[in-house]
Amino acid sequence: MREQILTFLEKNSKIDLQELAIMLGSSETVIANEVAKMEEEKVICGYHTLIDWEKTSSEKITALIEVRVTPQRGQGFDSIAERIYNYPEVQSLYLISGAYDLLVILQGKTLREVSSFVSDKLSTLDSVLSTATHFILKKYKDYGTILGKQTKDERMLVTP
Amino acid sequence: MRNPLSDKVVAIKPSGIRKFFDIASEMKDVISLGVGEPDFDTPWHVRDEGIYSLEKGRTFYTSNSGLKELREEISRYLGRRYQLQYDPIHEILVTVGGSEGIDLALRAMLNPGDEVLIPEPCYVSYLPCVVLADGVPVTIELKEENEFRLTKEELLEKITDKTKILVLPFPNNPTGAVLRREDLEAIAEVVIEKDLFVLSDEIYSELTYGEDHVSIASLPGMWERTLTINGFSKSYAMTGWRLGYICGPQEIVAQMTKIHQFAIMCAPTTAQYAAVEALKNGDGDVAMMREAYNQRRRFLMHEFERMGLKCFEPFGAFYVFPSIKEFGLSSDEFAMRLLEEEHVAVVPGTAFGECGEGFLRISYAYSIEALKAALARIERFIERLRAQG
Repeated sequence: MREQILTFLEKNSKIDLQELAIMLGSSETVIANEVAKMEEEKVICGYHTLIDWEKTSSEKITALIEVRVTPQRGQGFDSIAERIYNYPEVQSLYLISGAYDLLVILQGKTLREVSSFVSDKLSTLDSVLSTATHFILKKYKDYGTILGKQTKDERMLVTP
Repeated sequence: MRNPLSDKVVAIKPSGIRKFFDIASEMKDVISLGVGEPDFDTPWHVRDEGIYSLEKGRTFYTSNSGLKELREEISRYLGRRYQLQYDPIHEILVTVGGSEGIDLALRAMLNPGDEVLIPEPCYVSYLPCVVLADGVPVTIELKEENEFRLTKEELLEKITDKTKILVLPFPNNPTGAVLRREDLEAIAEVVIEKDLFVLSDEIYSELTYGEDHVSIASLPGMWERTLTINGFSKSYAMTGWRLGYICGPQEIVAQMTKIHQFAIMCAPTTAQYAAVEALKNGDGDVAMMREAYNQRRRFLMHEFERMGLKCFEPFGAFYVFPSIKEFGLSSDEFAMRLLEEEHVAVVPGTAFGECGEGFLRISYAYSIEALKAALARIERFIERLRAQG
């Protein structure tokens, strides 16, 4: 049941719980309790909105920054990760397997803002060995949703 | 000039659905719940395989029976899903949709005057195909109180010395009815005793929402008397690819292959390559779509109950078949007025046989949003009818 609820909420956090209960063949109370429990247990960590910022007048620039670091004795990557993710402009931070260690997703207003974050804040951290910054030019698909795509029902209206 | 036409063909009535299609097509803001095909796109990995086959230049005929690789996959699939054993070389024929299989089977098996039992309401093809094959269609009226299942008694009542084939279209379009194992066992007993054959159209077999579908050919003594039709249209959302298959004893398949060979040559090659991929790696897609249909089915049933619209709970396909008898209108009148007054297209039950009178076929191969919008209009319409008394 949990997984089914989460599958729905992940796609549509605004879904009406009564409606969800009907679709899953359950009752609204059961669903609401389960959701409340998952919020408490931090299985559900928040409810966000997927926005295509390109359609707005606000200027935003997103960068993916690969970071190589020296892990610290007894702490691994956690302590350096914390130092990075505490910056509010850091949107996401992942520990990555492969050629580099951390992937920082950064959102800024301008190129200059992003580059100054990298040169002034990120690179100057003691355990950071190197960084490589990639700017996102266009978002085609985000969180499983194809951006800007209009879907139209092209089936014939009535068929046997 | 002489009459250019065949009397037999002229006598066949065109499908009752056409009229609704024509009117609905003229309207701008019509919401349709009248579609008999999935709303999902064919899964991307399946489409991609079709594209790849084109890129590789696989644009030639396949063997008449279909790609060997595809027939082998079909054989494996029927074995693992429905405990059916068919030899890919002699007992499986790949067709242009399940509907070609219906036509082939009837043409290969019927002699003039042979009777074919057709439970109604049912898909629109069986009856005309029987007529075209010089057979005599004999309909069996299924009843709402039996949840539109075929019972042994109803079957026995219509069997004569001339009866040769029983068409078994379950899970059913338009009612959504399914037959359980015990229903099939009762039918099989009669079929064996009366020495009949079964044409089992199982195109909706993947779309059941309770127990898994049971194939009648898997029951003892039935394999040799059954032709099993299935395909890719409903289970993998591949209607436009036009690909199905029919399986049965070699003796019958060989004769059907002759007709197919001369009339069709082979099923579309691109579709066949895509279908191989569907059978190999498509189980997850089928499960995802089945779950989505089931959620919509529950939603529709709940909404009908809330509106006080009488409807038995169907456990198959993607249709519900509510009764509109309380309004004192014929199915045709109801559907026409619903279309004209609220711009909602549904199909009157009578399009699927006379005993569909008093019912509507409503498809839930639509998003929940589309269903909601349509239901709001339907509710407004029936409240107006009730107020008018």
